[in-house]
Amino acid sequence: MNKEEFLTELQNGLSGLPQEDIAERLSFYSEMIDDRIEEGYSESEAVAGIGSVDQIVSQTVAEVPFAKLVKEKITPKRQPQAWEIVLIVLGFPLWFPLLIAAGAVLLSFYLVIWSLILSLWAVEVSLWASALGGAVAGVVYFVHGDGLPGIAMLGAVLFCAGLSIFLFFGCAAASKGILFLTKKVACSMKTKLVKKETAK
Amino acid sequence: MEGQLKRGLLDICVLAAIKSKDSYGYKMIKDMKPYIELSESTLYTILKRLENAGMLTVRITEHDGRLRKYYHITEAGLRRIEDFKAEWKEVISIYQYVMKEDCHE
Repeated sequence: MNKEEFLTELQNGLSGLPQEDIAERLSFYSEMIDDRIEEGYSESEAVAGIGSVDQIVSQTVAEVPFAKLVKEKITPKRQPQAWEIVLIVLGFPLWFPLLIAAGAVLLSFYLVIWSLILSLWAVEVSLWASALGGAVAGVVYFVHGDGLPGIAMLGAVLFCAGLSIFLFFGCAAASKGILFLTKKVACSMKTKLVKKETAK
Repeated sequence: MEGQLKRGLLDICVLAAIKSKDSYGYKMIKDMKPYIELSESTLYTILKRLENAGMLTVRITEHDGRLRKYYHITEAGLRRIEDFKAEWKEVISIYQYVMKEDCHE
């Protein structure tokens, strides 16, 4: 790959960023390549030394704040026409509730997942509570001289405690998994915003 | 090394690379290479962060018929290096504490 191809590919990869950001990054990498060539590397060696475009794009996307990407995406590239403004204003009673509904659906979906996790933790806590309560009851039985119910109670205590230890790992793993997934989804949304729509 | 600590250390590294003399991107990477491998994209992020924080300024000069950016450390940048030297003593003592804990295990 030569310098021209590298910079074009990088420009396409970063096209969701604000124009001045792209220009600044391109001039930075262009200077880096030129400096390598000046030191005696061939053009393709110099480009290869910089690393892959995909890697640079994904690192850049991870660093740029989400709000900046969205702002760049929704800011129109040209002045809107009069009829477009009229349409947007007239359509407000239609698109605004729809937008809110879509946002609410997404939010509730996310909340449902978290409430599942929360209920898992609730089960975990109640298991511990039963184990604790059972232990107290068992001791009371023994003190009153009721051996058999006491032993049964102790068995229940052991069962609850064992189950809660198992469940704890499940709860922790599920919470971790959801956090990881949230991060992944956020990252892929950012990537979608930055990448050029080739379909257009 | 991960996270905040590494980020802080890399900032200091880049400031140190321009401490005595203004420098440009590729030269900084070369100068730091024996001590730390830094990719171009990482360097860009650090330079941008330091510029926004007022720790360095950028000057564009012509070189061999093309433009090259030179980075100059500011008073705030020099102060950051001095602060780092002081903070480092604290880090060393934390390190010694951690190592001591290891020995007791």
